[in-house]
Amino acid sequence: MRRLINRRPGRGGAFGLGLLPFILVISAYLYYSHQRLEANPGDKLLPAPASIGAAIHRYALEEDERTGDYLLWTDTRASLERLGMGLAISAAIGLGLGLAIGVVPYLRASAAPFVAAVSLVPPLAVLPILFIAVGLGELAKVTLIVVGVAPVIVRDLAMRTAELPTEQIIKAQTLGASTWQLVLRVVLPQSWPRLIDALRLSLGSAWLFLIAAEAIASTEGLGFRIFLVRRYLAMDVILPYVAWITLLALAMDRLLRLVRAKAFAWAEPGV
Amino acid sequence: MTQVTVKHMWKEYGGHVVLENVNLHVGDHEFVTIVGASGCGKTTFLRMLLGIEAPSRGEFLIDGRPLPGEPGPDRGIVFQRYSLFPHLTVLQNLLLGLELKDAPLTGRLFGAARRRALDKARTLLAAIGLEAAANKHPAQLSGGMQQRLSIAQSVIREPKILLLDEPFGALDPGITADMHELIIKLWNAHKMTIFMVTHDLKESFALGTRLLVFDKVRIDPQAPEAFGATITYNIPLKGQRSAS
Repeated sequence: MRRLINRRPGRGGAFGLGLLPFILVISAYLYYSHQRLEANPGDKLLPAPASIGAAIHRYALEEDERTGDYLLWTDTRASLERLGMGLAISAAIGLGLGLAIGVVPYLRASAAPFVAAVSLVPPLAVLPILFIAVGLGELAKVTLIVVGVAPVIVRDLAMRTAELPTEQIIKAQTLGASTWQLVLRVVLPQSWPRLIDALRLSLGSAWLFLIAAEAIASTEGLGFRIFLVRRYLAMDVILPYVAWITLLALAMDRLLRLVRAKAFAWAEPGV
Repeated sequence: MTQVTVKHMWKEYGGHVVLENVNLHVGDHEFVTIVGASGCGKTTFLRMLLGIEAPSRGEFLIDGRPLPGEPGPDRGIVFQRYSLFPHLTVLQNLLLGLELKDAPLTGRLFGAARRRALDKARTLLAAIGLEAAANKHPAQLSGGMQQRLSIAQSVIREPKILLLDEPFGALDPGITADMHELIIKLWNAHKMTIFMVTHDLKESFALGTRLLVFDKVRIDPQAPEAFGATITYNIPLKGQRSAS
C-alpha cells in the first residue's frame, strides 16, 4: 500500500472529485428546500428550483414593469463598468507608482512608507468620507475600489520590481541603458505578467468594495439589487444573483490567466 | 588603447579590510585571469571595475581617469547567471544593446536603422552558433547556450573592457572548451581588454596573457579581518593572441 501522499487520482477521477463538493452542496440544498416547502409552502428561505428559475426568467428575460429594463443585464452592466473602471485606474496607478518606487531609490525613500500606511487604511472606513467629498454618484464607488485595490498593487509591483536580479539591472547599464530606457525595455515588459497576477489577487476585494458601495448608495447594480430584494426576503433572486456574481468573478480570473499565458508565455513557469 | 592602472589601492568595509595595497598596470588587449581563494576580494575587484564599488583609498584609473561611479557601455559584464533578459528572444537580447545606443527615447529602432542593427545581431548570432535558436527565449536554452548569448550580448556594444565573473563556473566541463574557443575568438576580433575571475587554474593559464593571484600576505589569527588580500603573483603568460 503506497503512502497517501503518493496516490494520485487519474484525469477523470480528478474531474469527478472536483465536481463532488458541488453536487453535495446542491443535493443538500434540494433536500432541505423540499423538506421546508413540504412543511410550509409559503417558506421563502430555501426556494424551490422552479421558483428560482422563474425569478431568473423574470430578471433576465422580461422587461421590468416600472423601468422597462432587463434588470439582470442593466445591473450587470452597471457593476462591471464600475469594477472595470476601478480596476483599470488601480492598475494604472499600481504600474506607474509601483515601478517608480521599485526603480528609483529617492522615490522609494519618500513614497514607500506613505503607500504602506495608506494601504492599511480600511477602505470601508473611508467610504463615508468619499460620500461626503464626492457625492453618492459613480465617482464614489469607483474611488472606493481604487482606494482599496491600488495601494496593494503598488506595493506588490514595487516589491516585484525590486526583486529583479541585480545582474539584469547592471547588465542593462553596461549596454548603455539610461534610467528611462531601463524602465521601458527591461522593467516594464517584465511587469505586465506581474500586474496581471496582482489584479487576479485583487479581484476578490474589488468585488467586495463594489458590492459594499452599491449596497449603501445606488440605483442599479448587482450589489444594489441583492440588498434591495433582501427587504422582501427574496431568496429566489438573491441566490441566482450571488451565483452570477461568482461566475463573473471566476470568468474574469480565468480570462486574466489566459491573457497572461498567451501574451507572456515567457513568464509561465516551466517553459 | 585601454590602460588600467591601480596604485596603492585599499578597500575596506568598516573595520573589515578586503583589499590592501593593490598595485597593477594592465595594457591594451590583455586577457587578465584572476584566481584566489573564496572571499579574497576577486569579485570586489571586478565590481570596482564595473563601477558598483569604490576604492576606499588609493588610485584606480582607467585610461588615466578615475573609475566612473556606475556601470557604463565601455565596460561589459558576463555574470555566472541571470544576466539575460527573460522576456526577450535570443535575437532581441542581442539587439537590445544596439537599440539602447541609437534610440535614447523609445529604446527601439525602426526602418533602415533596425535592419542594419538586425544584420549586425545576426552576424554575431552566427558567430556564436545560435541562429537556430534566434526566436527562443533564454529559459528555453541550455546553460552553455545562455552563456554564449550573454557573452555576445556584452560584446555587441564593443566595450573597451569585458569583465567575466566565473562565466563558465556553472557549466558542464564538456562545454567549457567550446566556450574558451569562443571567448578567445571574440577577444581577438574586438581587441578589448578582458578581466576574468575563475576558480579553474588550468583555465586561467590557458586563456590569460596575465595571471593575477589574490591572497592574504599577512594573517592575524586573533583578528582575521584586520588584513586584506592583495595581488601576490602577477604572472605574464603567452596567451592566445592571434598573429594578425
